[in-house]
Amino acid sequence: MKRALGALLVATLASAQGPDRTLTVFAAASLTEAFTELGDSLHVHDPTVGVRFNFAGSQLLALQLTEGAAADVFAAADARWMQAVRDSGLVDDPRSFARNSLVVILPATNPAHITTLPDLARSGVKLVLAGDAVPAGRYAREMVANLGRLTGFPPQYAHRVLGNVVSLEENVRAVVAKVRLGEADAGVVYRSDLSSDAGPDLRTLEIPDTVNVIATYPIAVLRRSRNQAAARDFVALVLSPAGQRVLARHGLVPIAGQP
Amino acid sequence: MLSLTVATLLCFIALPIISLFVRVSPVTLWTRLGQPVVRQALWLSLGTSAAATLLVVLFGLPVAYVLATREFRGKRVIQTLVEIPIVLPPTVAGVGLLLAFGRAGLAGGALKAVGIELPFTTLAVVVAQLFVATPFFISSATAGLAAVERRYTDAAATLGATPAFGFIRVLLPLALPSVLAGAAMSWARALGEFGATITFAGNLPGRTQTMPLAVYAALQNDLAAAVALSVLLVILSFSILLGLRFAPWGAAVGGAPARPRRR
Repeated sequence: MKRALGALLVATLASAQGPDRTLTVFAAASLTEAFTELGDSLHVHDPTVGVRFNFAGSQLLALQLTEGAAADVFAAADARWMQAVRDSGLVDDPRSFARNSLVVILPATNPAHITTLPDLARSGVKLVLAGDAVPAGRYAREMVANLGRLTGFPPQYAHRVLGNVVSLEENVRAVVAKVRLGEADAGVVYRSDLSSDAGPDLRTLEIPDTVNVIATYPIAVLRRSRNQAAARDFVALVLSPAGQRVLARHGLVPIAGQP
Repeated sequence: MLSLTVATLLCFIALPIISLFVRVSPVTLWTRLGQPVVRQALWLSLGTSAAATLLVVLFGLPVAYVLATREFRGKRVIQTLVEIPIVLPPTVAGVGLLLAFGRAGLAGGALKAVGIELPFTTLAVVVAQLFVATPFFISSATAGLAAVERRYTDAAATLGATPAFGFIRVLLPLALPSVLAGAAMSWARALGEFGATITFAGNLPGRTQTMPLAVYAALQNDLAAAVALSVLLVILSFSILLGLRFAPWGAAVGGAPARPRRR
């Protein structure tokens, strides 16, 4: 029995070790598909490097990092949480690597019969947003406020739309899930979220460019990373033309090279 | 050796609790308690967990009675089924509830026909708590009822008591400590419910944001607030559980076994 337990323990530890150099990348939930593909291509390029991802809301990742979580690379969905991590002295020089815009999603069945953006203010519409601390949630509120200032939108539009919010989700993918299951009538997410496998279950409402809020994604190598070289390789891959093409394929807007 | 083991375990459980208290000053705690969002979460947690516990007892007691006193085919399957929510990760329970009782769920059409749409409502919070908390009551109450010697109820029956009368006046009082212990466990589980709630009921202050959800929300941008809320929750649950233990009907709350059945 004791021996069996010992063997089990050893096996568990061994499997946790993985390849020679395993990178741990903390990345915003909206990057799930794009970064998973990039991680795979890095591994194919150099089989001794494995990439492990922790996808979650940027605010949660920032908290985990400032509370001491071990990671090599951090990619956030807004400058605010990267700055929080930078203020704690954990990273040096973040680089912007992509942009993302917002889009309103509806279940394919469209239970609330929403066809235009003003419809979101109709009473009884069940709208789901990401929480206030989540970048996607903050951007969504900003975008709704912008819409309210346009002509052709009902008075008190922003107030009424936000009054229709039935849940504040912990990250943008939880918003996608609630809409996809048909439980919410509408949600506000990133365009890149449409490239997840939820795409076919969703309809979209376009937001005019003039009022859409554009998210800028920063990436940085953690100072305490014990894998500096591989971590820089990953960041370089994200910023490279090939990496940017992968991001673009997943609905992000490439902007490599800008500070 | 024994005392060392005991001390190790006590430290293991006490240290995280103590760490919460060390991180927060009483003044902060008091200020937080004054915030509407905290008070809302507190009342919502107390109200929903009380309602869930009431429903658990109401519907669980007949089930426990049947499981404790009858033998039938498939009894073990049913017993296992009733215990499933304990092993299910709460998020999985939440997904299951959505797929079953969501408006697009299996029973969603039937619910809608009677005018009920559960997701994102306070009622959904109660349903989520009910789902995860029921097994704790059933197993404790079943064990308690099964442990009562049959001759007491037989005697009552001989004296002309109906089964219902025998249950209420003889069986239930004898099994009361286990039944109450089960209710207390269920209440505690309901109060701490997080995963099924956020998945099935969502997270909106004043409607579905219970204390554990409020702690999680605060954790994302205000660690001090999260710790203060956690301390409130610890104080609340500790005092209620301790109060139950000192209550007149028994030190047995907490799971002391009832008398063993002799055959």
